[in-house]
Order: sequence, then C-alpha cells, then structure tokens
Amino acid sequence: MPSQIVSLVVNGEHREFIAAPGATLLACLRESLGLTAAKRGCAQGACGSCTVLVDGRPEASCLVAVETVAGGSVRTLEGVATGGDLDEVQSAFVDCFATQCGFCTSGMIMVAEALLDRNPDPSEEDVIEAISGNVCRCTGYRPIVQAVLEAAARRREEAVTR
Amino acid sequence: MAKLRGRGYASVNYPTGMNLGGDPSQALVHATTTGTFVISLSSVDLGQGIKTIAAQCAAETLGLPMENILVDTADTDTGPHCMGTFASRGTHRVGNAVIMAAAEARGVMLEVAAEELEVDAADLETDGTGYIAVKGAQDKRVHITDLALAAHFKHGRTISGRGIYLKEPSVPVPETGEMDPDSCQAHACTVAVVEVDDETGVVEVLELFNAYEIGRALNPAMATQQVEGGAWMGLSHALFETTEPYYPARDHGPRDFAGYLMPGPADLPVQHSLLLERPSANGPYGAKGIGEMTANAPIPAIANAIFDACGVRLTSMPFTPERVLRGLDALKTEETC
Ligand code: FES
Ligand code: FES
Repeated sequence: MPSQIVSLVVNGEHREFIAAPGATLLACLRESLGLTAAKRGCAQGACGSCTVLVDGRPEASCLVAVETVAGGSVRTLEGVATGGDLDEVQSAFVDCFATQCGFCTSGMIMVAEALLDRNPDPSEEDVIEAISGNVCRCTGYRPIVQAVLEAAARRREEAVTR
Repeated sequence: MAKLRGRGYASVNYPTGMNLGGDPSQALVHATTTGTFVISLSSVDLGQGIKTIAAQCAAETLGLPMENILVDTADTDTGPHCMGTFASRGTHRVGNAVIMAAAEARGVMLEVAAEELEVDAADLETDGTGYIAVKGAQDKRVHITDLALAAHFKHGRTISGRGIYLKEPSVPVPETGEMDPDSCQAHACTVAVVEVDDETGVVEVLELFNAYEIGRALNPAMATQQVEGGAWMGLSHALFETTEPYYPARDHGPRDFAGYLMPGPADLPVQHSLLLERPSANGPYGAKGIGEMTANAPIPAIANAIFDACGVRLTSMPFTPERVLRGLDALKTEETC
C-alpha cells in the first residue's frame, strides 16, 4: 500500500501531509506537523499522554490510524492557549501545582478540556473518572483533580460575567 | 469477614548530597544589556523544580524581581559543571553555587550603580523592585534595565559572577570508621491509616500524615508537592509496583502498564502534610534536600499499619492481596495448632 496524502483540520487550520500506511495520528502530529505536545508514553493506549481531541472526543492518538480520521478535526494542546494567554485549565494547572515533569500534562489538559466541554460543573468523581485513563508518575494526582475543579469554577464564573 | 483498620508509623533520616571524590556544582551569572540575569547551570530540571529554586536564590541574593532572572540549563557539555540532579543534592549544592555567583554579580552591579549615581557603593540598597537606590534618598536611584545598558555602553563593565559549592571528599578514619559523608540531614515521619479486607486481602490506604523537617522550605508549595507526590510513589511501591512477581523467573515480568500496576486517581489517600523548618547552617538560605526521602517513610508506615490492622507482618513488597491472605492463613494455622 502506498503512502497517502491525508488532510486534517488541526487546531482550526487546514493541514495536509503524507502518511505512511498505518501511521498513527500521534506520529503524524509529532513528525509530519511538528506538534510535539502529545507524548508517546506507551504506544498502546494505556497511559493517556498522547491524548488529543478528535471531533471533540478525547482519543489516545497512538491507537488511531490517521487514515481513519482523514478530513476530521483535531485539537491538540498547542491549540488551547489563545496567543500567549493560557486558558482556564492551563492556568489552573499552573496555580494548583498540578505538573512536575510535565510528561502527562498535555494529555491531562486535553481530557480536562473534553470533560469541561460536556460538563461545566463536574463533581470530584467526574474528574477522577475523566482522568482515570491517564497515568501521572509525579504529582500523586490530587493537584490535578484540584486543578480541573478549579478550572471548571473559573470557567463558570467567566460565563456569568460575560 | 470484616474491613480491619490499622495505623502505622515510620520515620526516616535522609542525607543531603553525596561524598565520593568530592561533590561540586557550579553556577555562572551574567546580566544581558537589558538587565536580565542569566543563570547558567548544567543542573537538569526533570520536574523537581531546580530552575525555580535557582531563580529564587538568585533573585533574593541580587535583590531583584524574579522576572529579571532567566535560568539556562540548556547544555551540559558547554555549561558550568554539575555532578547532576540526584542524591537530593540539587537545592543544596546548586542553590549555594547560585548564591555565591549572584553575590559576586551583585557586588559588580552596585559598583556600576555607584559610578552611575556618583555615590559610594556601600550607600546603595535594593528592595526587590528592580531599582538600586541610595539609602535614605529613595529618589536617587537607577533601574536595573538602565543600569545594565549603561554598564555595557558607557562603563565597559560586565555584571557577572562565578559560584561553586564543593562538598570536599571525606575519607573514613580507618580505626573508627568516622567520616562526614553528607552536608546535612533532613528528617521525616509518616503515619499511615489503612483498611485491610480480610476476605479479599486488599489493602486500602485511607490517610497519610506527613511531617518533614527540611531546613528552610525555600518554596513551601513545591516542597509540599514533592512530599505528597513522593508519598504517592511510596504507596505505589508498597501496594502495587513490581517488575518481578515471580522473581527470579523473569518470564512473567510485566512489560507494560497493563501488567505493571500503579494506583490511579481513584485510589488516593487523603494526605495531611506539615513542614517543620529548622534552617541548616550550610544550606542555601537554610534549605536541606528532600527529593528522594519522600518515597521512603510511607512504605514501612503502611507495613506497620497492616500489622496493626490484622496482625500480618509483611516484609516483602509489594503488599499484595495474595501476601496478605497467606499471612492471615498462617495466623489461623498458628491459632489452631
Ligand atoms: S502513548 Fe498513547 S496511551 Fe500511552
Ligand atoms: S507530572 Fe510527571 S507524569 Fe505527571
């Protein structure tokens, strides 16, 4: 099977690249598009560090053959901040000390974005459920759970003032 | 069939740094034309926060805002020497080296400011806002941005400094074994509260109480994060992690996250952490190292809590349901004999 030209909408921009047969979405993002926020932790769907949003759903991009999402829309951590301004989830991660080495952070933030998109007022259990596919080796998870709850609160507050 | 509660305690003394053939780290500081102080280090930050600590030490010593500090750890080939960020040595060794380098740079900064303001350097002070001012005459002052420009283009001066901290080698006295292997020691204890299910053997850690004496806590939020993240790792070692469940036969060893188990976000104890500050005489602003020790005390504390809960004394990690049940069975056999 020859390589193919694949097009995707990545962080709102139309992108085209050549993908080898069976290439994963993760490999294409990192190697063809230079978007290295999504990390390759296990390459088998067990750690969540490669999580991106595909048509709004969090997906382990290491398990997605890129042809299967051709034409779709992908959101990565690079598309979360507007210009240099961190969004509520990112700034809550900073303020709650929810990151140490940072290897899990982009995946954690993407699952948090997906959670808050569909549930603006999650309970602690909802947050734990949402991040339960993501491994963190450093923080002990508690600061991450707190950061997501804090981000949700900030986002709700902003919705009221807007 | 019951869930049995128990409480266990363990403590740890932990040395900061190492000895071997001497333990040095260096730092170089220089000001750019616009007054950013670049701290060059070969000390790698892998998430423990040494860049933040180095910046804090530099800002404090220079008397300038954190925004004026840029820590550059880009290249261990060309940077000043560092033994490495291990042995809980980063804050202590690198912090001290940064303070020494920043103190020299501050001396030059004040000399140039003295020339610029036509006063005596000894009459100058900083207040952390970016201004260098004459004591008692606050309107006679110069901002570091203007001063650094003037240093380069008017005075021909380099605002810079060199720092090193060396823990000298210490050879044991042959007769007594006496030596001085570390620079200071941090101390900690953990109390673990567990629940043991005597039917399934599952151990759940409900609460951890951590008390850490770490000298001065340069960044209390980061220190707490280190304590609780480390305790999580200790808990993980205590209850889950092992590469070789059938050691020494390696064929069944886990090769991935599906087999190498770790607690997830739903398995977390409530943690209560307390920092006690008794500044160390040779630490940077009194700090000691706490990196590695944070994973230590939770493990024996959990083992002791399991013993308290159900009488099973486990001496091999991890404390799996199988081991707990075997221990309970052994107790029953003892009773009936
Ligand atoms: S790299 Fe995709 S889940 Fe681990
Ligand atoms: S911050 Fe290191 S893995 Fe989560």
